[in-house]
Amino acid sequence: MARHEGRGMASVNYPIGMNLGGDPSQALIHSNPDGKFTVALSAIDLGQGMKQVSRQIAAETLGVPVEDVYVDTADSDTGPHDMGSFASRGTHRMGNAIIVAAREARGVLLEAAAEELEVNAADLVTDGRGNIHVRGAPSRSITVKATAQAAQFKQGKTIAGRGIFLIPLSAVDAETGEMNPNTAFAHACLVADVSVDDETGEVEVLRMTSAYELGRVINPRMVEQQLVGGAWMGISHALYETPEPYYPNPEHGPRDFNEYLMPGPGDIAPYHVTVLERPAPDGPFGGKGPGEMCANPVLPAVANAVYNAVGVRVDELPITPEKILRGIKANGGVKPGPRRGGPVNWR
Amino acid sequence: MAKLPVQFRLNGSDRATFVDPASNLLDTLRRGLGDFGPKYGCGQGTCGVCTVLVDGEPQLACLTLAVSCEGRQIETTSGMADGPNLHPLQGAFMDHFAAQCGFCTPGMLTAARALLAKNPQPSRDEVVEAISGNICRCTGYEPIIAAILAAANAPGARRA
Ligand code: FES
Ligand code: FES
Repeated sequence: MARHEGRGMASVNYPIGMNLGGDPSQALIHSNPDGKFTVALSAIDLGQGMKQVSRQIAAETLGVPVEDVYVDTADSDTGPHDMGSFASRGTHRMGNAIIVAAREARGVLLEAAAEELEVNAADLVTDGRGNIHVRGAPSRSITVKATAQAAQFKQGKTIAGRGIFLIPLSAVDAETGEMNPNTAFAHACLVADVSVDDETGEVEVLRMTSAYELGRVINPRMVEQQLVGGAWMGISHALYETPEPYYPNPEHGPRDFNEYLMPGPGDIAPYHVTVLERPAPDGPFGGKGPGEMCANPVLPAVANAVYNAVGVRVDELPITPEKILRGIKANGGVKPGPRRGGPVNWR
Repeated sequence: MAKLPVQFRLNGSDRATFVDPASNLLDTLRRGLGDFGPKYGCGQGTCGVCTVLVDGEPQLACLTLAVSCEGRQIETTSGMADGPNLHPLQGAFMDHFAAQCGFCTPGMLTAARALLAKNPQPSRDEVVEAISGNICRCTGYEPIIAAILAAANAPGARRA
């Protein structure tokens, strides 16, 4: 038996969101009498960090501390309409809707403060720490909290804003079939190094190296978290997970999660990610979103690495030992591909 | 079937309840006693989210008969923080972004707590071994391993 090393790569152009019916997201923002703000959304946070990113975008636009913004999600009965959390659209679509809503709410906030300070709203600025003051005259100030209370109890104003993001409909050109379904693409390239055992057919991912271009990174730690976790899921999809029956007959297949394979903490590969920032012109503060593409390139890169290692082209996932051994047999032996490039040197 | 009484200490308090003879500890903790720290994942002993400490040993609550816990000390993540002060492991999980959806977190924290109680300075391999019965769908494990290693080096990590 021998182990054969191989390298594969894949790149991805990931369209953010989709353009079915304009892919709209709505956001509603209002202030509470304590000067804190609530952002109502109907999309949900499953742990990908949408609430945190929404909170940062709202706070930045309103001009208030991030701790003073609460994001309320996931009640599609009472929340504003949203297409949902999918297609890596959260940061881009909801973020844009939040900016529109927060701008409107900020406008009312400054008007209410102007009334209290007896100045022109256009002369007011926020310090991001909960105060509003006259530009160039920090002593002529009022807190956001006092403003919210004055609006609520004295002026009879609601400090609130509505926002929606909608992609303009792109018609299909009858002649060419051309259309423009997306406004923002994220990009990545990933290299996987694997080792394939020609006796057992087992694949070990030795290391992965990638570069991701995601627009403005709104929360760097969460982006890293997504990319690292998603790459694990990519390995899982490439090599392990399947609801399909096992050989030789369906009774040997997985009946429940007991027998549904996923890599454990001992099966992870060292992974090095470089994140490039190229703010998107139509993204919220230039953001696009790592979402699904954190896993996508891993699958073809691993498949290509297996091909490079032993010459077996597996085109059905997952790439199981059985498929590799059958491929080696069909090829009349291991047929390693050319090796290009030196060792990846990041450790 | 007649219910049986069972008494144990849960996170330092004496608790008593009546259970079916076949009830598992997970169901007894969650539905009987309202401790939602341990989660219900697979119910078959494969995912680790229901891990609790029984007399300091990590055990899968879904596979533990409640009546077998008579007189024992049960500890769950609900008892890890000391008032507003998080357990060092909980703090390290936050600092290292070791949770996304958070569903595996109680099991990971409990497995890590059992490890550090016995082995305060574990190697990376020992951490991996300790959490190898716990599945995480989101993080790729790396931040969890980093958090446990960091907590091992923090003061007070061995606090029970
Ligand atoms: S619920 Fe106990 S191991 Fe999954
Ligand atoms: S954080 Fe989601 S399962 Fe671990």
